[in-house]
Amino acid sequence: MKTILTAAVLSTLASGALAAGHCAAGKTLTDGTLTIATGNPAYYPWVLNDAPEAGEGFEAAVAYALAEEMGFAAEDVTWVRTSFDEAIQPGAKNFDLNMQQYSITEDRDKVVDFSSPYYTAPQAVLTTKAIVDGGATATMESLKVLKWGVVASATALPIVMEVIEPDASPLVYDDNANVTAAIQAGQIDAALFDLPTALYLSAVVVEGGAILGQFDPAAAENPDQFGMLMPEGSELKACVDEALAAMTESGKLAEIEAQWLQEATGVPLIR
Amino acid sequence: MQDPRLSLRGVTKSFDDVQVLRGIDLDIAPGEMVCLIGASGSGKSTLLRCMNGLEPVDDGEVWLDGVDIAEPGFDLAPVRQRIGIVFQSFNLFPHMTAYENVALAPRRVLGEDARDRIEALFVRFGLADHINKYPDQLSGGQQQRVAVIRALAMRPQTMLLDEITSALDPELVGEVLDVLRQLRDDGMTMVLATHEMAFAREVADRVVFMDQGVVAEEGAPDAIFSAPERERTRKFLASVLR
Amino acid sequence: MIAGVSTLIVLALVIVLVPLAPGWEAVRASFFDGEVFVRVFPDLLRAFLLDVAIFAWSVPMIFAMGLAIALARGNTNPALFPLRIFGAVYVDLFRGIPVVLLVYLVGFGIPGLGLSRPWNSPYIWGTVALVLTYSAYVAEVLRSGIESIHASQRNAAICLGLSERDTMRFVILPQAIRRVVPANMNMLVALQKDVALLSFIGPVEILRQAGIFKSLLANFTPYVVAAVIFLCVTVPATRYADYLLNRDRNARS
Repeated sequence: MKTILTAAVLSTLASGALAAGHCAAGKTLTDGTLTIATGNPAYYPWVLNDAPEAGEGFEAAVAYALAEEMGFAAEDVTWVRTSFDEAIQPGAKNFDLNMQQYSITEDRDKVVDFSSPYYTAPQAVLTTKAIVDGGATATMESLKVLKWGVVASATALPIVMEVIEPDASPLVYDDNANVTAAIQAGQIDAALFDLPTALYLSAVVVEGGAILGQFDPAAAENPDQFGMLMPEGSELKACVDEALAAMTESGKLAEIEAQWLQEATGVPLIR
Repeated sequence: MQDPRLSLRGVTKSFDDVQVLRGIDLDIAPGEMVCLIGASGSGKSTLLRCMNGLEPVDDGEVWLDGVDIAEPGFDLAPVRQRIGIVFQSFNLFPHMTAYENVALAPRRVLGEDARDRIEALFVRFGLADHINKYPDQLSGGQQQRVAVIRALAMRPQTMLLDEITSALDPELVGEVLDVLRQLRDDGMTMVLATHEMAFAREVADRVVFMDQGVVAEEGAPDAIFSAPERERTRKFLASVLR
Repeated sequence: MIAGVSTLIVLALVIVLVPLAPGWEAVRASFFDGEVFVRVFPDLLRAFLLDVAIFAWSVPMIFAMGLAIALARGNTNPALFPLRIFGAVYVDLFRGIPVVLLVYLVGFGIPGLGLSRPWNSPYIWGTVALVLTYSAYVAEVLRSGIESIHASQRNAAICLGLSERDTMRFVILPQAIRRVVPANMNMLVALQKDVALLSFIGPVEILRQAGIFKSLLANFTPYVVAAVIFLCVTVPATRYADYLLNRDRNARS
């Protein structure tokens, strides 16, 4: 919350004298170069073909748009690889920014810095191909008649109960593994997860998994938000937040999201 | 003598390594009342249990009305209807009233609702007032009389009675022995293991003295009690008739 | 009289002293919030009906199965020896596996074999898991009851010409069952609590509903409400069982 406020204030200040390119000057690892880390390997739909240099995939596209906003040319962007856990540890880093779907949490914020969020994970409907073949569509009427399962403590339950209002009362589980077990046992038709989790579960965990649609992120009360990870006390943070605010303002961020997370994944918005 | 009702030939029985019966030959005539006497552990109880097949014999023959029931695989259920048995204690089913105790077997085995006949038995043996009581509401003597009635309700031709008064307080023994006198007067064939020597002498047609798993001496009660032939019979009688 | 007075004194001390503890205000706010209590009570009561229903349909099956297993284990017929082995394996197996594991294994595993609705319902297979576990326990309790009946009872029945079957049915079992009522009552109280384990495979019963409220309201009062509802049922039930036992005992002495 604090970071968002700070970002908003900074963006107001920024919309004037300060030119973006000058902001980052002297604050990167290598002067004139922006070093960005991603996962090893980096996954669809965040980075396509494990080749972030191509700028394809949501995070790769955001990275190049951000670099441009900060005054770096595409060829001034250098990619490095880190493991997910290693980057969250305190200590010296070999990157200016690290993007691999880091959720912003209080605990992590104590040892590293996060940018303001570049992505708010929407809730998505995980189901199976059999249910889709059976005629389920990304519409409220269609969702109502499904048998729902949901994780008890997540943000998903209020959406199921108050937004979808299914005909049959949903079954409730302790964790994701139990929900996917229930889907595979045919005990439930559909379950609600944040989109990244749903993408992972449908691709890797649930045999014959499919994603029916995604909700507007605004529908969730405490959505999962991704931030770019920087070393604790990074001087670059203000510049990054400024640039992200500008991208949000201009609609560039939303455009990238629509291209890579809705069109590319084929996960439609639920109406 | 007419054909015996029960006839034992060379019956032996061991429990683990202890040989309890070492070759018993015994005939029981119809209507006869035979008293088995002898020290505890002489084999009286085991002998009675072999007579209705409750204990399978190791060797020997047990003829009931001309059929050897000791043959392996012999169906004993019909035999047990013809031979009633009453034990020393724990006879009655504690969760049933006296009436239910008696009525169960006629109903389940004979398929007969014998209410009138059973009530008559209760009246005859002086238990009409106790017919609907539970066993623990009855005295020991009353319980044993109900047990006799329960055996009689199956219309047995022979009754085996295994020290049915030994667990009773002395003042209750009489009422149970009275029942047995009535049965003898009815002409019931009875084999009775007992420590009541005076009673045996009074009612028995024949007394059988058992010692260490064999029939040591048998004969008319007067002969056994007044002039036993064997030394060990004399010793036993001396010890119990003091 | 003395007992009454001392009880009153202890109660008064608890009421006076506990609120003096430094953390009491915080505890009261998160465990004994009156508004939350009123708000969640009706929903929790409704969820508890599901517990009661699962309990009610499980109990007859548990006792039928437990009896069958006890008889299978107790039979002495050489031809039925495999049945005896089956009974022993059943008891060892299902007493040895924690209920919650069985709920998962049976609740997700068997439907995963490809059953279609409604035959893959977590209610059905969760119930099966409870029945498997509890019937194994009940079988052992019944068997100990059967073995505690004096051999002369069986002898008396057999000597009357009753079949083995009738002897068991009319003479041994009624006494054995009566003798193990206290052990089985404890079993039922445990079962009533274990019914909540079915929530792991989906059904929203009272404990799950309380958990949901806890997440939504960030307050533990729903759990206290659930505990109160549980006690309202289990305490009278156990007291009533004690009363029946005593009455039974008094009637016989």
